[in-house]
Order: sequence, then structure tokens, then C-alpha cells
Amino acid sequence: MLRAVETLWRRATAHIDGPLMAAVMLLVVAGMVTLYSASNQSFDRMENKLFNLGVAFAVMWIAANIPIAQLMRLAMPAYLAALVLLVAVALFGDVRNGARRWLDLGFISLQPSELMKLALPLALAWYFDRYESSLRLRNYAIAALLFILPVALIARQPDLGTALLIAASGCYVLFLAGLPWKVIFALAGLGVAALPLLWSVMHDYQRTRVMILLDPAQDPLGAGYHTIQSTIAVGSGGWFGKGWLQGTQTHLDFLPERTTDFIFAVYSEEFGLFGNALLLLMFLLVIGRGLVITLNAPTLFARLVGGSIAMTFFTYAFVNMGMVAGILPVVGVPLPLISYGGTALVSVFFGFGLLMSISTNRKLNRS
Amino acid sequence: MAQYIELRNLEGEMSEFRRRVAVAGVFVLVLFAVLLGRFFWLQVVQHDYYLTQAEANRISLVPVVPNRGLILDRHGAVLAHNYTAYTLEIDPARAGDLEATIDALAGIIEIAPRDRRRFKRLLDESRQLSAIPIRTRLSDEEIARFAANRFRFPGVEINARLFRRYPNGTLASHVVGYIGRINKKDVERLEEDGLIANYRGSEHIGKTGLEQTYERELHGITGMAQVEVDSGGRAIRTLSRTPPVSGNNLRLHLDLRLQQAAEQAFGGRRGALVTIEPSTGGVLAFVSMPGFDPNLFIDGIDPQTWSELNTHPDRPMVNRALHGQYPPGSTYKPFMALAALELGRRTPQYSINDPGFFMLPGSSHQYRDWKPGGHGSVNMHQSIVISCDTYYYQLAFEMGIDAIAGFMRHFGFGARTGIDLAGEAIGINPSPEWKQRRFRQKWFTGDTISVSIGQGYNITTLLQLANATAIVANRGTVYRPHLVNSIQDATTQAHRPVLAEAVRRLDFRSQNWDIVHRAMVDVNMPGGTGHRAFAGAAYTVGGKTGTSQVIAIRQGQKYDASKIDERHRDHALYVAYAPADEPRIALAVLLENAGGGGANAAPLARSVIDFYLLGTPVRPVDAEAAATAPARHAPRG
Repeated sequence: MLRAVETLWRRATAHIDGPLMAAVMLLVVAGMVTLYSASNQSFDRMENKLFNLGVAFAVMWIAANIPIAQLMRLAMPAYLAALVLLVAVALFGDVRNGARRWLDLGFISLQPSELMKLALPLALAWYFDRYESSLRLRNYAIAALLFILPVALIARQPDLGTALLIAASGCYVLFLAGLPWKVIFALAGLGVAALPLLWSVMHDYQRTRVMILLDPAQDPLGAGYHTIQSTIAVGSGGWFGKGWLQGTQTHLDFLPERTTDFIFAVYSEEFGLFGNALLLLMFLLVIGRGLVITLNAPTLFARLVGGSIAMTFFTYAFVNMGMVAGILPVVGVPLPLISYGGTALVSVFFGFGLLMSISTNRKLNRS
Repeated sequence: MAQYIELRNLEGEMSEFRRRVAVAGVFVLVLFAVLLGRFFWLQVVQHDYYLTQAEANRISLVPVVPNRGLILDRHGAVLAHNYTAYTLEIDPARAGDLEATIDALAGIIEIAPRDRRRFKRLLDESRQLSAIPIRTRLSDEEIARFAANRFRFPGVEINARLFRRYPNGTLASHVVGYIGRINKKDVERLEEDGLIANYRGSEHIGKTGLEQTYERELHGITGMAQVEVDSGGRAIRTLSRTPPVSGNNLRLHLDLRLQQAAEQAFGGRRGALVTIEPSTGGVLAFVSMPGFDPNLFIDGIDPQTWSELNTHPDRPMVNRALHGQYPPGSTYKPFMALAALELGRRTPQYSINDPGFFMLPGSSHQYRDWKPGGHGSVNMHQSIVISCDTYYYQLAFEMGIDAIAGFMRHFGFGARTGIDLAGEAIGINPSPEWKQRRFRQKWFTGDTISVSIGQGYNITTLLQLANATAIVANRGTVYRPHLVNSIQDATTQAHRPVLAEAVRRLDFRSQNWDIVHRAMVDVNMPGGTGHRAFAGAAYTVGGKTGTSQVIAIRQGQKYDASKIDERHRDHALYVAYAPADEPRIALAVLLENAGGGGANAAPLARSVIDFYLLGTPVRPVDAEAAATAPARHAPRG
């Protein structure tokens, strides 16, 4: 009996990467603790998040148990499907809050850009894996096209934040696939040169956000309110914070969106610089473990997917904390594992599932 | 061979990949270091700044309004006090559509049209964005009904507020005045005076009367509470509190019972009366009839009632005793007599032969005495007792206007008495310089003749007349008339006296006072113009009747056409002091358009003095009969 349980446990955890799991759990606990405070001790929110975590773990477990080679076959079809949906959004999508992002399929309404977040790195990785032995500059050009199409479509919705984040995940794949340094520098130079052009095609609200970043005080009760209140929360935290459940900015309702995009301000106010350093360390553990798994991945596809997942995870964390701390514009990016919100949680855990699949399949292959 | 190359190639690729992962790792570390640096900047270097900001966010200073001081008469009877009541208030900034909100509120709480009008007016006048009352003095039931429906009304709240109340209504309304809601003009004035900080949270300010004059004493010092608030401005808890200091109480010299008796004695007639205690200058009663109900003004009077009060032909809002200006008529004669004695222009024995008129040398114009045919032989004593005009025409002609104007300054004519009540009129003590300034015209000798009997350019307030009478009564000691006796400190309960000392003394010869006093006493004796009114008085009384000619009362208003005749009748005047040998009360009374002073004003003075000295209740006056009493052939003086 005991043996049977033991076997079942071993089976169930065969594809779970221990170190990654441990690092993720640290962040999950930090997230729960913060959410409890941010929601003014609401157990409803906690229960909800626990349920979301359950779903996310299930998704992660399933992803971890899919051999990476099988996933590779799904990469291109998933990408094409997401691309078709993005085109459909551009043609028939619903306008919500002034942006055309949602597609109503009758039974479900979805944001195809969320799908593309996962599909794009997979597709790029698949492409490089396929032409692994004969990579030329032409291949990079085609790969670039693969990611410029969806990014442009999303940017036009307009959803510049998501577009840039998806572009970043694509860039990580290109970079890890070995895009020559010369090209990288050339593109970077071009990018800087194109900034004024970007400015001219940006929407007014996007420009406002950038301007607000440079000077939040110009509209303290409007667009600058979020940034001002979150920097006050962070700054007033000091070395060790005001203590759990003691943040005045949080509990007197000055912080907007404090359970979702601005939850880091709550954490930062209550735990201070010391807590922030600790949180950065936890994120580093997850990212680091992801990169280590990537280094030991068996195939190019696995390496590129793994690397992209780890780096995208980092990007989300960095952009969110940078936004709360007032060095990046306000974009709707949650802090992974900490912010309240089911969809983002599930997709992050799906990524961890893929990393675990890469990590454990290699071991199994070897043995 | 080929395989070897491919393997080497693979090795190369792997090491390039490792390098790239390493670069990515460094990238991560660098950006996290940037974040950490930013956190250090915010949380350590700038910590104090942001902590202050967070505290400023959360802590709000809420003013705590002090209790306004009470106003009490000399015996402690209350003229103005405070009570707490619940008001329904609308914050225009949060309520959205005001009309719709009020309509919906009217469904659960009674809102009269005048409440709406008042709300509108307050909305126009209100300073900044504060809650404005739509209903005051809610009943418990109304509070309960609103509480149950509260969710339907964002920006509508019930607040407990302190209210002012004048329990005596119209009684002494022109003395007490009223408070009203602070408007933009008040704010400007408070800012100029540097007092605006003390008015944070205050809704009301004294607008007229003692409420205005003693605003600084009555208001008190606003307290402060440090309150923790959330982002919506709702108070969460009080952190600390500096209690407010209540305003000081005013203890008046005024005797409310005498005031009431005096107002009753007017019996609905228009006019004014001022009584002063000669030994102190304290005002015992201060009447301007008709009065008004000051309670109407406290929370903003509705525009209709306001315009009714202002356009009423009886002008209830005009303080006739303080601001009304009337020719003193023959009440001026005792002062002229004193001038003649003091300046050596007349001896008491000097007599004139009065033919019933006076003519200036080289002129055929006759200045007529009120008595056709004249009084015959008249000396100074008689000139006062029977109020002979011709005696004074001739006297004034000989004295000249400069001597008269100079002397009259001693009694305060043409200058403010300095009473502690804002808005005092100045009157006119006519002189050539004054006429030059006012009309850019030369003074004519004829002008002097009219001045001598209190007509012409001569204009005084009732307060000046009463004050001058008090000076005569106490043989030359001048006090500044005052309503407030002492100010009671709200915290220590100690009384601080106000204005008890004499301002100056008139050093006139004692026998001159005696001569005039004797004449004034005989005015009320058989043969005198005031005899009828004071027949059988249990005390001696010095007095002087007066009748002042009117074109219109001097405020330039239009009168109701149907009443024009009545409004052109003479004003009845009387000044008096009693008991004559040791005066305890001095007064001046005027009845507008009532006719002769002896027949009309003197009886009123008698009932007031009777009440004060003997406690005799005032008999109700038949107002109708009094108002229509024939006034044509009554003596002027």
C-alpha cells in the first residue's frame, strides 16, 4: 500500500523540476501574503486565487508531461491559428475601452494576443530548429517577418504594451538562435533612429503615458495619479517597510489597482527595500533555474523555447516593477505570480510546465 | 570527416549558445540592479519626502467650529443662543444633477418652495465647494426616512450643526442684528484682516447689529482635529484634537424688560427710541420700529421674503435709531439756550417781545413762530417751557452760525457717538464750511435762523439726541454710549468691562445748568408743552418737546403713493431725563409722521419712564387712533 502510494507519487512528480518548483512556490507564497493585505483581508480573493492556482498547477503538470518533441509539432499550427484570429480581430473585433482587442466567437470571447504570447516563441523556435544546420541571414529575415506580422497587428489594436512584450519574446528567440552581433547592433541603431517615427504613430493616450512618466505632477489627479501614488507607496516604505497590513497608501485606498497591476506597490510599502531585494532574489532564482534548464536542453527547439520563457518571465517582472517604481510608463502588465488574475497565472504556469518538460525529458532520455 | 566537422560545428554552436545565455543572464542582473538602485533611491534617499507625502495623503486637518458666544441682557435674559440640529445638505460637486436630486429628495422629505429658492441663492453665493443645506431642523422621522434611502443620494448628507437662535424674535432685533452664511464679500474682508484661517469650517458670520460689531469676541477660536482619511476623503479615525475655544458672551447694559415695554409703547407706530443711563452712558433700551425677525436670516433668507422686507413701505430693515436722520426740531432749544448762557449772549432775565415772527434787517421775509400772533414777552425760561421760536431766531441771528456750530460740537452733534454698533449715521451740525463742502454754496444768514429751531440743515440721529440729553442730565459728563457692559470670557468665565469711563467733561457754569434744568422741568408742569403727558407723575422730569417738519424721511426712497399724505406729516419728538434731581434715565423718542411732540411723543416717553422708575405696566396703545390723531394745530415745541 505504502509502496503503491510511493510509486504513484513518483509517477506524478516524474516531470516536475524540483528547484524550479521550489523557487516558484516562494513567489506564490509571497504573492498570497501580499494579496491578503492588498485586498483588505478579503478571503474571497484568496479563495479565488487558490482556485486559479489549482487550475494553473494542473495546466503546468499537463504541459510538463508532454514530450517536447510532440509540442514542436503543434508550434506552427498554433501560430497560424493565432495569426488568423488576430486578423479576424482587426476586421470584426469588439471595441472595449477604446481598443479593438476582443473577438467574440459566440460561445467565448477571447483576446487572440494572449494566445500569440505563447505561440510566437514556439513558432520561431520551430523555424530555427528546422533550418538549424543551414542557417543563413535569409532565415533570420524570414523569422523576423514571422514576428513582425503579429506584433504589428497587436500594436494597431492598439495595445502597444502587449505588442512590445511579444516582440521582446520574439527577439529573445532570435538572439539565442545566434543572430549575428553585427545585425543586432545595426537593428538597435535603427530602432533608436526610428523612435521619432514611433512617436508620430502613437495614439494620444500612449503619448500621454510617456509624458506622464517624465513628469507625473503635470496631471496629479488624472493620468499621473497611478504613478504618483505608487511611488509614494514605494518611497514611504523605507528600509524595512511599514509592516504587513500597515501600509497607509494601501489600506486607505490611495493606491489604484492594488490587487492587480500595482500590487508590487503594496508589497514594497509594507516590506521596504529589504523585502524588495528579497523579492528580486526570488525572481532571480526562477529565472536562473530557467536559464540553467535551457543550457542543458537537448534540442535547439527546446533551448530556444526554454530561454524565451525564462527571459519573457523576467521581462514581465521587470516591466511591472519598473512601472510601479516610476521608471517605465504605465502599461497593463501584471507582476507574474504575485498579481491577482487567472489568465496570466495560467499562462505563466504553462510556461513553467514547458520548462519542466524540457528539463525532465532530457533526464529521461539519458537514463 | 564530414561528421567530424559537423560535430565541431555543433560544439561551436553550443558554446556560442552558452555565451548568449550568459549575456542574457548578465542582462537580467544589470536590469535588476537598475531596479534595486531605483528602490534604494526612492526608499532610502528620498524616503523622508515620500513619507511626508504619504502622511499628507492620509492625515487631514478638520476644523472644529467653536460655539458662538451668547448675548445676554443686564439681568441675564437671553437674546441670542445656540442649539444643535440636523440639516440635510447637498454637496454640489458630488451630487450631479441638482434639480433631479432635490426633486427626488422631495419625495421623502418635505421641501418647500422657499427651501428651494434659498438653496439656489446659497448656491450662487457660496464660497468654494462646500455642502449647502436644503433643509434645516429635520425631525427624527425625517432623519430615519432619509437614512433608509441614503444610497439613492450620493453627495447628500445629514449633518449635526450648531444653529443660532434669537428667542425673542423681533424684540430688540435692531440691536442684536443677525448672523448669516459667509459670502464672497465676507471672505474677502476676512482675508484682508488676516482672520480667514480662524473661519475654516465656519458657516456663519455676524452681518448686522451686535452680532456684526462684536464678531471677533463672539466667534471664538476654531479647533483642529487631525483625522485619518481614505482617498475618498472619508474620516477613518481621529488622531489628535485641539479643542475649539468658545466665543465670549456679551453682557449688555440693555434691560430687556424695558426694551419690551418701550416696543410695546410704540403700539405698532413707526419711530425710534433710545434710552441711556446718564451716569454710565449705558444704553438701557434701543428701539427702532418696526423690527424684523432675525431668525429668518440665519440660514439664508429666501429671496421673496427678503424683497418683501426691503420693499415694505415701513422699511423694517432700517435701524431708525442708529441710521435714521431727522431734524431735531425744538428739542434743539435747550442746547441753544445753554450756548447763549455760556457764550454770554443772553442773561436769564433778558426778554423779547414776540410779535409772532422775526425779520432779518433789510428783508421783508417773515420767519414765523408756530403760534400765530406770538407769545408776547418771553425770557429764556419761558422760551423753553412754551417753545417760543422767535426767541431763538433772534438769538441765532446775534450769535452767528460759527458760534452755534462750535458750541454744538460739545454735545456730539454732527459726529458719531462711537456707540458699539456698526453703521452709525453721522448727522449734520451745519456750518458754512460744511455747506461749502456739501453744496459748494455760500452760507446765508437765513440758514442760521432755521438751524436755531432744529430745522433747516440741522439733522441728528435719535442716538445723538439721547446722548446729548444724557450730557445735559448729568451736567456735562460725556460718556460714549454703549450697549455691551462686559464681555464674559468663555473659558475663565471672568467679566471684562467695556467702556465705563467718561470721555470728557464740559466745564459749564453750574448756574447755567440750573437755569436750563429748571426750564426743562417746567416744560412738564402746567403751562408747559409736555404738561398733559406728565400730569400726575410721581417723579419730576426734565424734558423738551419737538416737532420736526418733513418732506420725506431722508433716505430717498419712494413712498407708496396712497400714503404720501401721511408720510408728509411732522415727526413727533421728545427728549427727557428723570428723576430730574438725580437722573437715572435719559431718552429721546421720535414717532414718524405722528404730528406734535407734546401730544404724541411725550406720552410714549412717560410710559417708558413710568415703567423704568415705577414698574408701571405699559398700557396697550390704540394704534389706529394714535396714527390718525389730528396733528395740525398742535404746538410745534
